[in-house]
Amino acid sequence: MSVITYRDALNQALREEMQRDDRVFLMGEEVAVYQGAYKVSKGLLQEFGEMRVVDTPITELGFAGVGVGAAMVGLRPVIEFMTWNFALLAIDQVVNAAAKMLYMSGGQYPMPMVFRGPNGAALQLAAQHSQAWESWLAHIPGLKVITPATPYDAKGMLKAAIRDDNPVVVLEGEMLYNTKGEVPDGDYIVPIGKAEVKREGEHCTLVAHGKTVLMALQVADALEKEGIRVEVVDLRTIRPMDVETIAASVRKTNRAVVLEEGWEVCGVGAQVVDYVQRHCFDHLDAPILRVHQEDVPMPYAKNLERTAKPDVAKTIAAIRQVMYLPTA
Amino acid sequence: MATKVFMEALSPTMEEGRLVKWLKNEGDAVKSGDILAEVETDKAIMELVARGDGILRRRLTGDGDTSPVGSIIGVIAAADENIDALIAEASGGGGASTAAPATAAAPATAAAPATAATPATAATPAAAATPASQPPVPVPVPGPRPPAADLRSSPLARRIAAERGVELGAIQGSGPGGRIIKRDVEAAASQPPVSRLPSSVSPTAASAADYQDLPLSQIRKTIARRLAESIGPIPTFYLTAELDMERVAEMRSAMAELGDGFKVSFNDIIIKAVASALAQHPECNAHWQGDSIRQWHRVHIGMAVAIDDGLITPVIFDADRKGLRQLAAESRDLAKRARDRKLTPNEYTGSTFSISNLGMYGIDQFTAIINPPEAGILAVGSIEAKPVVIEGAVSVRRRLRVTLSCDHRVIDGAAGARFLQTLRRLIENPLLLVY
Repeated sequence: MSVITYRDALNQALREEMQRDDRVFLMGEEVAVYQGAYKVSKGLLQEFGEMRVVDTPITELGFAGVGVGAAMVGLRPVIEFMTWNFALLAIDQVVNAAAKMLYMSGGQYPMPMVFRGPNGAALQLAAQHSQAWESWLAHIPGLKVITPATPYDAKGMLKAAIRDDNPVVVLEGEMLYNTKGEVPDGDYIVPIGKAEVKREGEHCTLVAHGKTVLMALQVADALEKEGIRVEVVDLRTIRPMDVETIAASVRKTNRAVVLEEGWEVCGVGAQVVDYVQRHCFDHLDAPILRVHQEDVPMPYAKNLERTAKPDVAKTIAAIRQVMYLPTA
Repeated sequence: MATKVFMEALSPTMEEGRLVKWLKNEGDAVKSGDILAEVETDKAIMELVARGDGILRRRLTGDGDTSPVGSIIGVIAAADENIDALIAEASGGGGASTAAPATAAAPATAAAPATAATPATAATPAAAATPASQPPVPVPVPGPRPPAADLRSSPLARRIAAERGVELGAIQGSGPGGRIIKRDVEAAASQPPVSRLPSSVSPTAASAADYQDLPLSQIRKTIARRLAESIGPIPTFYLTAELDMERVAEMRSAMAELGDGFKVSFNDIIIKAVASALAQHPECNAHWQGDSIRQWHRVHIGMAVAIDDGLITPVIFDADRKGLRQLAAESRDLAKRARDRKLTPNEYTGSTFSISNLGMYGIDQFTAIINPPEAGILAVGSIEAKPVVIEGAVSVRRRLRVTLSCDHRVIDGAAGARFLQTLRRLIENPLLLVY
């Protein structure tokens, strides 16, 4: 066990899986010679050569399609998008080819591939490059969508994604790459489809995923000083969502707030609220509230961007509200 | 905009109503909520109120006439509004007024003012059971809304309240808009139980904590089917017991000596004893629901009262938990208002078991007809002094014959007999009633 960054955890997962299975290869913009736009693929070209670590032109639709074709003939491609904002150009391959291939071929073509890259806002990247796409992607039957929040989960879940015979979307975060945490040195798997209680508490459930898990833990720290113990549930997988873990927590705390980076309308939180009201109706003591990005394109101006994003203060206010406490 | 005045369903079982008396004349200005007329339903005389503002332009039925529920019996409109079309609709629509001679085409209406409002009840003395079957929970009727309709509470609060037997209506909510939340129910549940007794004012709001639904076992289904085939829709059997009333009589006269405030009737004591016995025998305090048996945790006694043209069964709610003084006062009040036909629907619905007493008519014993969905009714005869052998010697004792009618789908012979055993023990040792 050593303390490493989220970036290096992903790097370890890629390296170990490429060592383990020579059908696994990495393809994307700047992944080889430049060692990755965010250095996730550092050292891989040197270790595995240019047949398995492939630089592409700036053609998202093209190399995503090459990945689908490679998966059809038995390889296990990992397609890196420099950000998921750029992946919009490739969405037809993700949604119409990868997600539906097994189904439309009558089971003839499994699609053991991974699409990965940073998702959501970083800092001042403006409206077109600050978007969280999980609700778009999780909407599609045929895709699995994961959002690891910690280095431990990043390594274990990327390995699970690479070994999965279905197309898996891995949503990372620019702001996560430098975060550190304990990661086992060798092989381990964090299963897809399992949420995790990142912190136990009995007063209110706070559901988060990806980057917002770190924010949720800050919220829990702050409220603990007031004697409010928040239970932080990290979804980890958006699809298939682990309803049982969410429901068990809400049955314990009787209230919930759902936190996400994305916009409100049809967001991941809306799906969580639906599961909670169906599975925990008789256990709810308050309406479920959501914290999310304001319903505008992300502003570029620093002060406006800060205002538009979900944050600790907004989340604390929501928790106080569902607990019927005065909001400070 | 004209407003039609309908004959409204003013009781849960009402199909037609007799307009006793118009209280507004044609040409009178009326406001929404004004009382237009008195209407006699199958159970009581109720007020029919205006549902719109304007002038009562036309009364389409006369005092004493009977109209089916849903028919148009009047029109409220502006003074100069043309209401011909509405009147045509009223007379042509099948639910026509009996007053308009032009409506001879509508044969179904009961034109004869003499039509009895409750024709079925006079048929047999055993019908002392009650009027026609009633649903256990009253349907909404015009009038003050029950508090439950406006009650806001979180799902969790409702569940905890049900589990702990807390009446939500008695709780002040501390959440937004008065929403009752978990902490309110928990605070209420930790108060002494007396304050949690439902008040007799809003007695009929049955909550899930008040009963237990038992699924039907195969043997129970077979019993239900075969016995029903054998004897009418309700396979009834009868158990008669003769109870010694000496101690009850002594108790009653001892109480009367304490002053007028302590006078109770035999009937009050019998109601109290039956209710206490039912509390110990939930299998007899039950409703047959077709696909399940509902055993009630609360005891609501229907008390058959004869009225001029039939009978009605006002309910004493939670009779097992009430003292004799309260019970006597309530039964007196209910009987009087029943005879005056002043009962509101929620005062004569919701009973879990009924008692019919014809003792005052000198009836030795009789069998009463079950008031479905209840599973039992107790027929009470007259108290009579007669020779009885006690420990080998003949002595003269006051005796009472009671007959329990049992719905065999719910109550088996031995269960009914055990209930009567308990009743006998209570009546013959009335001190147990205070135990």
